[in-house]
Amino acid sequence: MIANPHALDALGDPTRRAIFEQIGERPSAVVDLAARLPVSRPAVSQHLKVLKDAGLVRDVQLGTRRIYSLDPDGIAGLHDYLDRFWNTALHSFKTRVERQDQQEETP
Amino acid sequence: MTGTSTAVTTSIIVDAPLDAAFSVFTDDIGSWWPPEHHIIQAPLASMVFEPKVGGHVYDVGTDGSECRWARVLAYEPPNRVVFSWDISLQWQVETDPSKASEVEVRFVPEGGRRTRVELEHRHLDRHGDGWEGIRDAVRSGGGWGMGLQRFARRAEGAPVAGA
Repeated sequence: MIANPHALDALGDPTRRAIFEQIGERPSAVVDLAARLPVSRPAVSQHLKVLKDAGLVRDVQLGTRRIYSLDPDGIAGLHDYLDRFWNTALHSFKTRVERQDQQEETP
Repeated sequence: MTGTSTAVTTSIIVDAPLDAAFSVFTDDIGSWWPPEHHIIQAPLASMVFEPKVGGHVYDVGTDGSECRWARVLAYEPPNRVVFSWDISLQWQVETDPSKASEVEVRFVPEGGRRTRVELEHRHLDRHGDGWEGIRDAVRSGGGWGMGLQRFARRAEGAPVAGA
């Protein structure tokens, strides 16, 4: 689902994940995130740096504010996601159909 | 690495005859579909695969609500089925058919009682406009929540079966 393996590590931290989800709901500045989460501004900045390095968020300067938003290029391509999804689904399907077939074979 | 390919292909061999494989894949889809992969809001009660061209694949919630996320485009038992993937990148039902991808599943006898199931999920680029509109979607706050929950679950290190 994620193209960049660092992305998984970056989201392993609950605070970072909360920040990421907040940004997912709306692009935000550091001060906004610090106001909405029980995290200090410097800590938010540090987490944002990790998220940015992992390719999950990007930032743009808007006047005096630096606004962070999700980076669609870093978040998995649909291709990767579906590739994993269908492999999981077909294995689940195989388990099911073979079990059912055995049951029907049993007199 | 987001890739340029517009199709995902995969296959699996099952120890079951052709008819059984087709039947379980369609009639009994709810028995194997990964439980976390539903976009219906209510808790899931069942899944229905309508066995005809023009039918739908849909989730039924415990509150009676329905979520029709696929249209059956080809239904040729026991060899082939094609359905649309009417799910947008924001995890909402895609109502514009031109923005839906499609899934073809072919069932091929492999000798004895074995069947090869070949799956192709293609025209993924049709969802492409979603990427351009992603900031708007994010700004509106819709949709992403569910995607992110799944995303988080994966990120927490749960091994992906069959990967």
